[in-house]
Amino acid sequence: MLNKFPLWKNLMILLVITFGFVYAAPNFYPADAAVQLSGQSGAMVIDESVLAKIEGALDEGGIEYFGSESDGESALVRIADKNLQLRAKEVIQAEMGGDYIVALNLAPTTPQWLSNLGGTPMKLGLDLSGGVHFLLEVDLDSALAVRLEGDLDDIKESLREERVRYRSFELRGRQIIGQFRDADQVEKANTIIRTNYRDMQPLNAPGQNPLSIVLNLSEAATSLLEDNAIKQNLTSLRNRVNELGVSEPLVSRQGKNRIVVELPGVQDTAEAKRIIGKTANLEFRLESDGRGGERFDFRNPAGQGPDAMLEKKAVITGENVTDARASFDENGRPQVSITLDSKGGWQMGHSTRDNIGRRLGVLFIEYKTKLEKSIDETGELVITSVPFVERNIISLATVQSQLGKQFRITGLDGQRESSELALLLRAGALAAPMYIVEERTIGPSLGADNIEMGVKSVTVGMAMVLLFMVVIYRAFGLAANVALTMNLLLLVGFMSLLGATLTLPGIAGIVLTVGMAVDANVLIFSRIREERKLGATVQGAISAGYDRAFVSILDANITTLIVALILFLIGSGPVQGFAVTLSIGILTSMFTSIVMTRGLVNLVVGGRKIDKLWI
Amino acid sequence: MAALKVYNFMGIRKYAVIFSALLLTVSAWSLYSQGLVLGLDFSGGTQIEVGYDSPADVGALREKLENSGFKNPVVVHFGSETDVLIRLQGEPDQKLAEQMVEVLKTDGQEIDLRRVDFVGPQIGEELREDGGLGMLAALAVVMLYVAVRFQLKFSVGAVLALAHDVIITLGIFSLARFEFDLTVLAAILAVVGYSLNDTIVVSDRIRENFRKIRKASPIEVINESLSQTLWRTINTSATTMLVLLALFFIGGELIHNFAIALMIGVGIGTYSSIYVAATVMLALNVDREDLLETVEGELVDDLP
Repeated sequence: MLNKFPLWKNLMILLVITFGFVYAAPNFYPADAAVQLSGQSGAMVIDESVLAKIEGALDEGGIEYFGSESDGESALVRIADKNLQLRAKEVIQAEMGGDYIVALNLAPTTPQWLSNLGGTPMKLGLDLSGGVHFLLEVDLDSALAVRLEGDLDDIKESLREERVRYRSFELRGRQIIGQFRDADQVEKANTIIRTNYRDMQPLNAPGQNPLSIVLNLSEAATSLLEDNAIKQNLTSLRNRVNELGVSEPLVSRQGKNRIVVELPGVQDTAEAKRIIGKTANLEFRLESDGRGGERFDFRNPAGQGPDAMLEKKAVITGENVTDARASFDENGRPQVSITLDSKGGWQMGHSTRDNIGRRLGVLFIEYKTKLEKSIDETGELVITSVPFVERNIISLATVQSQLGKQFRITGLDGQRESSELALLLRAGALAAPMYIVEERTIGPSLGADNIEMGVKSVTVGMAMVLLFMVVIYRAFGLAANVALTMNLLLLVGFMSLLGATLTLPGIAGIVLTVGMAVDANVLIFSRIREERKLGATVQGAISAGYDRAFVSILDANITTLIVALILFLIGSGPVQGFAVTLSIGILTSMFTSIVMTRGLVNLVVGGRKIDKLWI
Repeated sequence: MAALKVYNFMGIRKYAVIFSALLLTVSAWSLYSQGLVLGLDFSGGTQIEVGYDSPADVGALREKLENSGFKNPVVVHFGSETDVLIRLQGEPDQKLAEQMVEVLKTDGQEIDLRRVDFVGPQIGEELREDGGLGMLAALAVVMLYVAVRFQLKFSVGAVLALAHDVIITLGIFSLARFEFDLTVLAAILAVVGYSLNDTIVVSDRIRENFRKIRKASPIEVINESLSQTLWRTINTSATTMLVLLALFFIGGELIHNFAIALMIGVGIGTYSSIYVAATVMLALNVDREDLLETVEGELVDDLP
């Protein structure tokens, strides 16, 4: 029978529509302003008692809240008045202290049954939510230079120890170049370097002075160095960003030497920049011998005890640490291997030579801010942020022998502890310097404006297209309009399901999709009109119209899809958002404008005897 | 039923060629001699957007900034009288934004810092390269696809039409001194997609008619195809223009230029899908033979 869909096709259409409704639905529930609390370390339990403390603080501050919950790892309290959200955060932070991270959050109000189905609202991009975007570049060249300088010092020292005489040894660009007086010394030096410095690659260029040695850092070592420099910076950035109290921060590597940091909802950029730019530091200090000293707490009090006395003078600082790595000793016990530069190695050797048997502590120094409550003269509760320095012991171990450039910390509880210690050591060591190469800050008011304008332009654009279609194509225009609406729904549904981020250019993409999605229907309907003019029957014209237009639609959409794909590949953030919506829109519109309108048309006119088409 | 009216589009193709050539020459001249006004994304620099409670005097603000030692600040209203956009070009110092705000705050006026953008010079340069590269890649891939799906002459026509649209849109941006930023680049690529869409639909019909209508000259076939698709071309352009107008008027300042670029592009694209692609095909002596080969699946070129 002409123009009748088999049952399965109709069912499929229904299924897709349902799918669109279900996954688009979470976007229609407005989110609650909320404050989220979590612990500085994963081991902290956040339970009902913590929640009660938060609620108490809010009650005291006169802030209305509801729907508070905790899941052991974090707690969430919804704030009734959105304008009091920031205030609530301050009140809670002041009550709970620096051990907790308090973040502003938007709690979705998605009904349980929807979230059970995996439905979540679309994430908003920074241009809609407001916030800060930083692109940082890690200076790998200077990391390489530091490494090469260290190696140069070490090689010189090794040669001196072995009594190999050289005329000069120096760093030129990325090469270490040594000059010798006779071939015998060159031979000896080469042997030493080959056995002790496997990362160095001797260069044997034709025409090279036979009394010289040219060394490059091997490619493997270079890329390991670069990777570590980036990872180290990523880790310390994550730690610092956590402190900012941002609900969903993004810190990730981009390309070879860049790091993106996105902090939605952050309003104080100066504060964000200060925290991102600050560094942690390390100090190695001997344990006090009872004659004076300073008392410090352990970072992890569950380990060796609450606190210990250390000498006031540091043996070396983080500047001298070039690497720290978690590994295992001969017996398979976890350990951390530390590498110092030659100056640090010399100082460490000098200080530990006469102190074997004493304990050596490692202090981890962080620059933080905390919020403090006070009552001012008018009786008003004032919350001020006070910067402070936190010093904690991360390791206290007995010196077994004179330490040098390389030594190990053993006696650790497990692999987790060793990797955490190595991570902290690296974070406190001097990482490769970073520079901000791009910064974009969008104020919260602009974000809200952008959402409003975006929604408005989608609505108005859509309304005009709907009207246009009905005027031009009458009954068939209605079918196209149903399809267009469904297309928007499916587009939103898919974007939510895929976890795509909605940005302002993304909204522009949606608007453009709305305009272009009707193209397929315009093509089909024009074709049906033509077929009618050529004298085809009603049913024949519909069938031929859809069939013949299909090829054009397919070709046209595939080429547009190619363009969108290229847009995605070359573009960065905002352009990619546009490309994503455009691509998804093309796919969903093909379905709605071809299959769905056909289904509707078939349902209404299919299989009947009709002489006139309202097209 | 009355047969479809066939317009003699190709009859005036000489004028279309002159028109296009004129537009292209002016665009190329403008792009060559004065280039594009590059937005912050591409030029690098620092820019801030601030909101005042009452209409702001940009001249006074500019003077104030200059007196405080900022070099050649660009100070313009952004969207409304109370919003001001301030830009310092090419300075690789990202503390500038904070300093600017400090200066603006000196007379005690309440200002709302709405946006800060700092783009390092290397980023701008990379974006410029990537953008150009993407454009070329898009054209190449599209040309290949059309050559495979249709025929080489169609492909040349489609790609020339695209290049035509892109150059003229860029040319108008250059002439009118509109700012070219990342969103405009996205718009230009969307224009490529849109114009292609149009050209493909027309080409598709030309291909179909070449196979169907046996006794007709290529000019007649093309005229008939263009007339058949005319309403579709107009209607689709109309709906797209409608939504672009919505974006232009209420989408806000940030996507203002995006909407302008697309409106120009859609306009030019509609014209080019009628005149440029088909004229190029005719110039290349497109004929039934070109398409019959593909129909029969023969892989032989240029049979005598």
